[in-house]
Amino acid sequence: MFLIISLRERTRSGSASATKRDQHHVIFFLIIISRDLVTLSTSCHQPFAAMMQEGLDDGPDFLSEEDRGPRAMNVDLEMDATLQVDISDALSERDKVKFTVHTKSTLPNFKQNEFSVVRQHEEFIWLHDSFIENEDYAGYIIPPAPPRPDFDASREKLQKLGEGEGSMTKEEFTKMKQELEAEYLAIFKKTVAMHEVFLCRVAAHPVLRKDLNFHVFLEYNQDLSVRGKNKKEKLEDFFKNVVKSADGVLVAGVKDVDDFFEHEKTFLLEYHNRVKDASAKCDRMIRSHKNAADDMNRIASSLYTLGTQDSMDLCKFFLKVSELFDKTRKVEARVAADEDLKLADLLKYYLRESQAAKDLLYRRSRALVDYENANKGLDKARAKNRDVLQAETSQQLCCHKFEKISESAKQELIDFKTRRVAAFRKNLVELAELELKHAKGNLQLLQSCVGVLNSNT
Amino acid sequence: SFSFSPTFTFSKFQILSRIPQPASLPALDISTNSNGPKQDSLMDDDPEDLFAGATEEVSLDSPERDVLLSDGPSPAITPITPPTSVIAPRIGHIEEEEGGDSFDVHISVSDPEKTSLSVFKQRDFSVKRRFSDFLGLHSKLASKYLHIGYIVPPAPEKSIVGMTKVKVGKEDQSSNEFVEKRRSALERYLMRTVKHPILLKDPDVLQFLENSELPRAVNTQALSSAGILRMVNKAADAVNKMTIKMNESDAWFEEKQQHFENLDVQLRKLHASVESLVCHRKELSVNTAQFAKSAAMLGNSEDHTALSRALSQLAEVEEKIDQLHQDQANADFYLFSELLGDYVRLITAVKGVFDHRIKTWQKWQDSQVLLLKKREAEAKLQFTNKPDKLQQAKDEIKELEGKVQQGERDFEQISKIIRKEVGRFEKERVKDFKTIIVKYLESLVQTQQQLIKYWEAFLPEAKAIS
Repeated sequence: MFLIISLRERTRSGSASATKRDQHHVIFFLIIISRDLVTLSTSCHQPFAAMMQEGLDDGPDFLSEEDRGPRAMNVDLEMDATLQVDISDALSERDKVKFTVHTKSTLPNFKQNEFSVVRQHEEFIWLHDSFIENEDYAGYIIPPAPPRPDFDASREKLQKLGEGEGSMTKEEFTKMKQELEAEYLAIFKKTVAMHEVFLCRVAAHPVLRKDLNFHVFLEYNQDLSVRGKNKKEKLEDFFKNVVKSADGVLVAGVKDVDDFFEHEKTFLLEYHNRVKDASAKCDRMIRSHKNAADDMNRIASSLYTLGTQDSMDLCKFFLKVSELFDKTRKVEARVAADEDLKLADLLKYYLRESQAAKDLLYRRSRALVDYENANKGLDKARAKNRDVLQAETSQQLCCHKFEKISESAKQELIDFKTRRVAAFRKNLVELAELELKHAKGNLQLLQSCVGVLNSNT
Repeated sequence: SFSFSPTFTFSKFQILSRIPQPASLPALDISTNSNGPKQDSLMDDDPEDLFAGATEEVSLDSPERDVLLSDGPSPAITPITPPTSVIAPRIGHIEEEEGGDSFDVHISVSDPEKTSLSVFKQRDFSVKRRFSDFLGLHSKLASKYLHIGYIVPPAPEKSIVGMTKVKVGKEDQSSNEFVEKRRSALERYLMRTVKHPILLKDPDVLQFLENSELPRAVNTQALSSAGILRMVNKAADAVNKMTIKMNESDAWFEEKQQHFENLDVQLRKLHASVESLVCHRKELSVNTAQFAKSAAMLGNSEDHTALSRALSQLAEVEEKIDQLHQDQANADFYLFSELLGDYVRLITAVKGVFDHRIKTWQKWQDSQVLLLKKREAEAKLQFTNKPDKLQQAKDEIKELEGKVQQGERDFEQISKIIRKEVGRFEKERVKDFKTIIVKYLESLVQTQQQLIKYWEAFLPEAKAIS
């Protein structure tokens, strides 16, 4: 850990004089060390520096259910030796996160076989948007963009904790601080995983992986100088979305000749809405769970104080019960965290993916409408016997475009279903296994405590 | 075994309490806390205590839920016949009449022949009592016993908001819960009262237990003139407490007072946390139910059959879990939270008793000071030639001397009674906390066992997705 911090510090302070070779050495070192870590290291500024030591106590447990290598938690991807992408490290600074994107490839178009670059969230968005805007990719489900890293809530809580330090006992304060730091770490890990999944999906896609922007993203080790969208562009986006949704309504009304697509359309519309609802309800449920765990924390502290103050044989009793509540609280918090990972994240991810699938259907419908309009145009031109050739070429283009989209869309949607079923299966099985593991652990804690208490009285 | 269902009909509700206690109570190690040899004898059971071997317990059983939870190891214990009678009051709720709720008080006495009280010749009997009757009983006992040092258990509080809701006739979950809370609180109150050896012999208590009809208790309404008078007295007492500074010669009292102060603070804090837990657990139950519905809908729209079925199963599991959370929230409340609430109120009564001792001391001091003044006045009168005034002074002095002696006796009496009461109270407290908290933990055990069952049933369904 310390090695990493000091290395980074050296690069930062000596950046002006650092040669390219030095930088490569640093990166190489980072890769070596990071590869040995099971968890991600998070070296952050001031108040979270201690987190490195404490937060990682949770580390191995947290990721025990995830595999090493690409944390492709919600997607079922084939491991392909020709192009492997993962996020080997990440750095959380005050208001941004820096991801180290590591690539291993045998493809000839890369200068080296293995290399890393540092990317920020905006650059991921740039890449995603470039796919969306590329007409050639209209027939594919564009992997959904990762959500922006959001530590505001966690930061706020830590701040409030700092302010309220005087009003609670030292043990309580340390406990709550640990909890919040663990929460921060969990959010951090999640955002890294989500960014990684995006890259892996792109790398696994037979066409998208060849995209030039993607290669630049992976290889170009300078800043891509992608600025966030300014107000004007955001407004343009907004209008585009309005038009799209209005269009979407019109297009949705048109009954598709093709049964497959008609079925997919109805299915996706309903599915998307229900996943959205389920995701929201799941979040609320998990939040209540976390609140209950927090209460148990406070109960444990109060019982502890009672145990140290009370006279006679209630002392030992209270201390034992306090210890129990402390342990059981940790289990409950872990249950909430696992439910979050396995259920809530799964639902959120498929909310985004189903939206991407809907977008694909929309693009296809648009192409269909264009094709039909081109047909009408051709008929009109033939009737008037003017610009027939032009109309013919335009009609052929539209036809070709529509058929191309339809063909790839069909395959994409079938793949989507396969991926979805596999992801749900994996996560539901893991969820059930984890719930069982925790319930059994909790049961054992409770039973042994009750046993001890009963034998003492 | 613990179980609780809010959908029962009140009149059928049974409250049985059984504690795992041997016939003789565990010997408490009080040597570390004693202040002198006097202590030991006072901690022994009072020979007047009719129910010295009585056992107590608290648990809630509902016949409907037993089916669900009968699989786990049942913590129910077979009751052991104690050497003397056990009086176990149970309270059910009858439909409310005008003027407030009525409650069915069932008294069951085991071995009635062993008691010397006439009323308990029957094994089982029941009477109907109004909520105000309970309050009336408490107010009578408080006025008779608090100022001489007995810790009178406080009655459940009147809640104007809750009461009006019930009176309006709102037949909903929250008003049912309110009535159940009240019924449960009344039962615990009555149990504590009859457990007290002195209070049980009180004629008002016996009348409460045996009379078929009680005159409607006046002066118990919250906003009555008597109620306001009570509030004024309470405020006056609080002010007085701040101004009286007693020279505490007995370290035992100082230590105990500090002990109860600390206990008060800590129990209140703990109570607040447990109340928060109850609230969040209820929230969790509601949110889980909503998620279950949402998952069912998702399962419906999923077009892969195996996944669709698995999602529906998940929805079912979550629905069962939400009921589990609801039950656990009730255990959190009725076992843990109410225990703490009761003891917060009891400790207020204990502190009140200590305050009365201080007042008694003050009275004694005041009459001593007055006596001194009169003696000085008498000494002065000796040198004047007023024989009738002198005689009057001598008479007053005699009277005051009597008062001073009485004051001293009162003070010693109240001190003695408080020592015994605190001993009894602490014994009860230890018993209560241990048994009820263990019972609560057992409810947690059952919840986990159920959870395991549900998830074990779901796992193969999830694995069956192909």
